[in-house]
Amino acid sequence: MRSQNDLELVHVTKRYGSAVAVDNVSHVFTPGAYVCLLGPSGCGKSSTLRMIAGHESVSDGAILLNGRDISGLPPAKRGTAMMFQSYALFPHMTILDNVAFSLKMQGIDKKTRHSKAHELLDLVGMDELAQRLPAQLSGGQQQRAALARALITNPQVLLLDEPLSALDPFLRIRMRGELKKLQRELGITFIHVTHGQDEALALADEVVVMNNAVIEQAGTAREVFNAPQTEFVARFLGGHNVISLEGKHYALRSDRLRLVEKPVEGLDAAVTSVEFLGTHVALGMIGPGDTAITAMIPEDGFFAAPIETGATVRVGWDSQDLHLLTR
Amino acid sequence: MERLFRRPGAQSWMLVSPIMLILVFFLLMPIGMITAVSFWGSTEFSIYPAFQFDNYEYLFGSQVVWNVFIKTFTFALITWAITLSIGFTVAYFLTFHVHTLTWQITLFLLCTIPFWTSNIIRMISWVPFLGRNGIANQSLIGMGLIDEPLEWLLFSDFAVILAFVHLYTLFMVVPIFNTMMRIDKSLIEAARDGGASGFQILTNVIIPLTKPGIMIGSIFVVALVMGDFITVRFMSGSQIANVGRLISNDIGLLQYPSAAATAVVLLCTVLITIAIMLRFVDIRKEL
Repeated sequence: MRSQNDLELVHVTKRYGSAVAVDNVSHVFTPGAYVCLLGPSGCGKSSTLRMIAGHESVSDGAILLNGRDISGLPPAKRGTAMMFQSYALFPHMTILDNVAFSLKMQGIDKKTRHSKAHELLDLVGMDELAQRLPAQLSGGQQQRAALARALITNPQVLLLDEPLSALDPFLRIRMRGELKKLQRELGITFIHVTHGQDEALALADEVVVMNNAVIEQAGTAREVFNAPQTEFVARFLGGHNVISLEGKHYALRSDRLRLVEKPVEGLDAAVTSVEFLGTHVALGMIGPGDTAITAMIPEDGFFAAPIETGATVRVGWDSQDLHLLTR
Repeated sequence: MERLFRRPGAQSWMLVSPIMLILVFFLLMPIGMITAVSFWGSTEFSIYPAFQFDNYEYLFGSQVVWNVFIKTFTFALITWAITLSIGFTVAYFLTFHVHTLTWQITLFLLCTIPFWTSNIIRMISWVPFLGRNGIANQSLIGMGLIDEPLEWLLFSDFAVILAFVHLYTLFMVVPIFNTMMRIDKSLIEAARDGGASGFQILTNVIIPLTKPGIMIGSIFVVALVMGDFITVRFMSGSQIANVGRLISNDIGLLQYPSAAATAVVLLCTVLITIAIMLRFVDIRKEL
């Protein structure tokens, strides 16, 4: 699986005074993949991204790209480019000059850099707005301009810091489709930091879940979702119940639960809420030991034999759906 | 009365009337009066209402007056250049090298301490420092850098500009600091990400985004220096004249029409200077 041009974190640590933001993290990112760094705020995902970008120094460890340690290099010499959360477009420059900025810094003449900038703007479908100022663009357009600006240096790795968080929900879904499409076209590694599990699952070839300064689990979106290894991952990704049976913790997808009759294996639980969600009905229940359990029951099955709040039901599952949690 | 209230716009007019009255009485009327008096005539012992251009003819015809105006401009230009470089540097340091807000506020307040005493005291305190046998000369002689006291330290152009810079640098620091603090720090990172060196970030990002603050500070400094007379009088030992002193001398001699004419010309000069400066930068978004 290892190749020449992959990005690797080797025992990377980031300390702010006595606080540890990233604790001895090692990981090899799948080259040419869309990677999502997923975790709650303060988990160290942004610090990790900023260390890769070179906007934060590495306290300990190394960051390898193409087999060389880039952790001591300035941001522009690393082969990475970053797209900032608020896009950070220069408000006093036209979109064209924004995109051409890094070429201007290299001392490339105006004609060459503008034609290259037009190419990149064309790639993101923004060429007709080249002469506008950032303030004259919508959020989605600003994001595309920021993308074009980041891509003009031909980076091997594009780093995106919560790129969709400033957009409204409708635009967010559209832009994430465009990001994915762009990544496919360019074939470079995208590392996308987000705290939204739906965003990560929808986009990522590889999901890296972080919590408390360490990587909890990494793998393809399906692996991570279907076989969470820790209680944190199961809870953070959602759609899972964490139940304890015979002293062990298991993750159990809520859509794999069904209502059963005794003596089938299962748990007795009291229904506390019933929510109709369209395709499914979400049953909120309290099981033995005050465990909160959610079951997603297909709506036609549910309404064939409706259940009221307060009723006691028995929920069952197939044993292959139980995933043992290590923590 | 009630009908008056109901007329469209009546309430708006009433709401603006206090400030309007203040401006009319304390700004427009005095300026109007000065303009009117500037056309009056005068003899050695009397002034009389008239409408004549004698005062202006004298002003524009006199080589001395031209020289004084040039001197005033020179002071303004040099003071502007020095206060701008100091003010920009201080604001830059406070914004980008001091990382906690507490320290930024503390150091900024430190800059304002000189303003706890009056202008004149701050000016005069230079005199014992710069004098022939002052601290500056004695230290320089003590260090063996010079053999004789430097004569140009006090009562000279140097002393005047030094005092101007001392008095007015803060007027440059405040607006520049204010604009700089509003620059999104991620813009600096984005520039670095794009490969900009420290100097390129300064010229391509920070200076363009700080321009409105620079312009507001420049207007303060230019207006203050052009209108000053007391600093020039004290620090030059009455040996140097600027337009302010021209006016003050005329008033001392009770030549009000001539003083008024000079004041009108000075006002127009300052307004034209500021208008030219505003052509270069749009400060509206700062207000």
